[in-house]
Amino acid sequence: MRHVISLLIENESGALSRVSGLFSARGYNIESLTVAPTEDASMSRMTIVTTGSDDIIEQITKQLNKLVEVVKVVDISEAAHIERELMLTKVRATGKDREEMKRMAEIFRARIIDVTDASYVIELTGNQSKLDAFISALDPALILETVRSGVCGVGRGDRILKV
Amino acid sequence: MVLTGAEIVIRCLQEEKVEYVFGYPGGAVLYIYDALFNQDKVRHVLVRHEQAAVHAADGFARSTEQVGVALVTSGPGATNAVTGIATAYCDSIPMVIISGQVPTAAIGQDAFQEVDTVGITRPCVKHNFLVKDVKDIASTIKKAFYLAKTGRPGPVLVDIPKDVSMHKCEFEYPKEVSMRSYNPVVKGHQGQIRKAVQLLLEAKRPMIYTGGGVVLANASEQLTKLTRMLGYPITNTLMGLGGYPASDRQYLGMPGMHGTYEANMAMHYSDVLLAVGARFDDRVIGDPANFAEEPRKIIHVDIDPSSISKRVKVDVPIVGDLKDVLEEMIRQLEAAPARNNADALGTWWKQVEEWRSRECMKYKNSDEIIKPQFVVQKLWEVTGGNAIITSDVGQHQMWAAQYYRFDKPRRWLNSGGLGTMGVGLPYAMGAQLANPGTQVACVTGEASIQMCIQELSTCKQFRLPLKICNLNNRYLGMVRQWQQLFHGERYSESYMDSLPDFAKLAEAYGHVGFKIEKPSDVEGALRDAFARKDDLVFLDFQIDQTENVYPMVQGGKGLTEMILSAEDL
Repeated sequence: MRHVISLLIENESGALSRVSGLFSARGYNIESLTVAPTEDASMSRMTIVTTGSDDIIEQITKQLNKLVEVVKVVDISEAAHIERELMLTKVRATGKDREEMKRMAEIFRARIIDVTDASYVIELTGNQSKLDAFISALDPALILETVRSGVCGVGRGDRILKV
Repeated sequence: MVLTGAEIVIRCLQEEKVEYVFGYPGGAVLYIYDALFNQDKVRHVLVRHEQAAVHAADGFARSTEQVGVALVTSGPGATNAVTGIATAYCDSIPMVIISGQVPTAAIGQDAFQEVDTVGITRPCVKHNFLVKDVKDIASTIKKAFYLAKTGRPGPVLVDIPKDVSMHKCEFEYPKEVSMRSYNPVVKGHQGQIRKAVQLLLEAKRPMIYTGGGVVLANASEQLTKLTRMLGYPITNTLMGLGGYPASDRQYLGMPGMHGTYEANMAMHYSDVLLAVGARFDDRVIGDPANFAEEPRKIIHVDIDPSSISKRVKVDVPIVGDLKDVLEEMIRQLEAAPARNNADALGTWWKQVEEWRSRECMKYKNSDEIIKPQFVVQKLWEVTGGNAIITSDVGQHQMWAAQYYRFDKPRRWLNSGGLGTMGVGLPYAMGAQLANPGTQVACVTGEASIQMCIQELSTCKQFRLPLKICNLNNRYLGMVRQWQQLFHGERYSESYMDSLPDFAKLAEAYGHVGFKIEKPSDVEGALRDAFARKDDLVFLDFQIDQTENVYPMVQGGKGLTEMILSAEDL
């Protein structure tokens, strides 16, 4: 089962490697991991997408909680939540493809944020499946490069992860 | 008061009431050693290898309730310490390791004796720190001690670059620590404890299984009281020996791979199993699938939530300090109107006694050749069961655990989790320094002892009157045993030729050495050794090369599939 685990961690050097080291040492999967400071700069928020049986997910949350620098851990996928990911795609945009790419961006409500005479950079935000759908809708030969931020997520309504 | 970083380090150790630091100097810690030189409160024990410094500090901690402290230099000093740190980590031993680091400006430059100590030790410490500013030394060391001894204890490393130890700042030792990210649970959940007590009283085939957590939490007294109130059978794991008095009738011996028949059977066929400070390790329950075949309710008390439901599903988890939880259980039992099921308990004890009557620890003694079990039994007799026994890893470790009866906690020091050969001698050093009046013996083998044999020199310098009982069978015995049983008797690299004459070697270090070859000389040699109150005596027992450790549960098999003796093969 796929799970999205959010955690607050002290914003200190080495904190990220404690988390990633835990996953590799214990053989847990990481599908994606994002991290950045929160509004309180002394703390970072991490979103980890992982897969595993209920037993494994229970161990993952317990092991994360055990890390001294981890302040709080929540499996946000246990209840209603929102996930978003950002993708930047650089595509070839010449001749008739120029118009086609623009149309595709419109259909997916993406934005073209960089234009040259031969390429566009398209910015798209959404959940994972929307990003996947956009990629598969494009002609692979036209994709020059893509970069995805990894998933970040937040619980709906009054489910709040805060100290 | 304005002090250098190095002086602050030593002042912090004084504030923490550290008596002994085990260490080895080097370039990156010269300022710290200079600060050490200028005071006489914290005493330094100069070892001969950094691994032994950490093991000795670990042995000091295991034999007391204190935090062990080791001090090593950067680079090879730190990497040599890693085995010691990992050993302590696997057995949850409270320790603080201070390592020197190259100057901050040189970090990342591949400087002389530079390694990423924090990176290398990260997976084998409870936590570690790199101190980049002299102003942070005091608060970091305060945190290190706090982390090491609270919650589930463990080693904490503080890496201090050379320039940081040279810089100056105002010293003030913080009185308290508060960390928003670290708040270990102490009190167990009342409702869960009530459920546990209820379950225990209703049990028809109850069993108590306890581990190293009981020793670490200093909860033996509470455990003993609770067990006697309930009248249930109990087993202590390798790490938990001494948690409950081994000479008591309710005690069934050690469980697991080389545990007793009665302990394993009672664990397996119990209907309610109370696990306290133990973790259902693979060496204890064998194959979890086999263990899960019998339906039973499991109550698991542990300070670490991640130990619960890790290898077996638990019905009543209780997270908390063991002493606190056991006291609450006793309180509730005293207040409970219900009593345990006496009829069912009588039947259960009858069954347990039947298992016990198999006398699985019996061995065939000999007049010709020394049996290792006999040596340990004699050691127990000669010391009146009151010595602190350390061991290395292998057959001798199992024989010591099986045949020396530990009636009190912190008397048995061994590397249970990591299984580190070489710990025995440095553990004994740490234990002897911590307990000056107590007899300390190291039960070892000719292979293990050679992994830290250089410490015989340290023992001379610090006048440590240890008794080293070397069960010498000229083989890596446990490896040989597995090769005999599971690898078609192909003894690949498990025989050691060209062993030193250990008695003479001990003499070369300035100690006393005996070589004992006949069973009739065993007791006399031990008595002679322990009568030499001021000498380290190395007793080299030439034992039966073919002796194996029984009973045995083969790796990956279940507790019910025991080999009781060579005849079962």
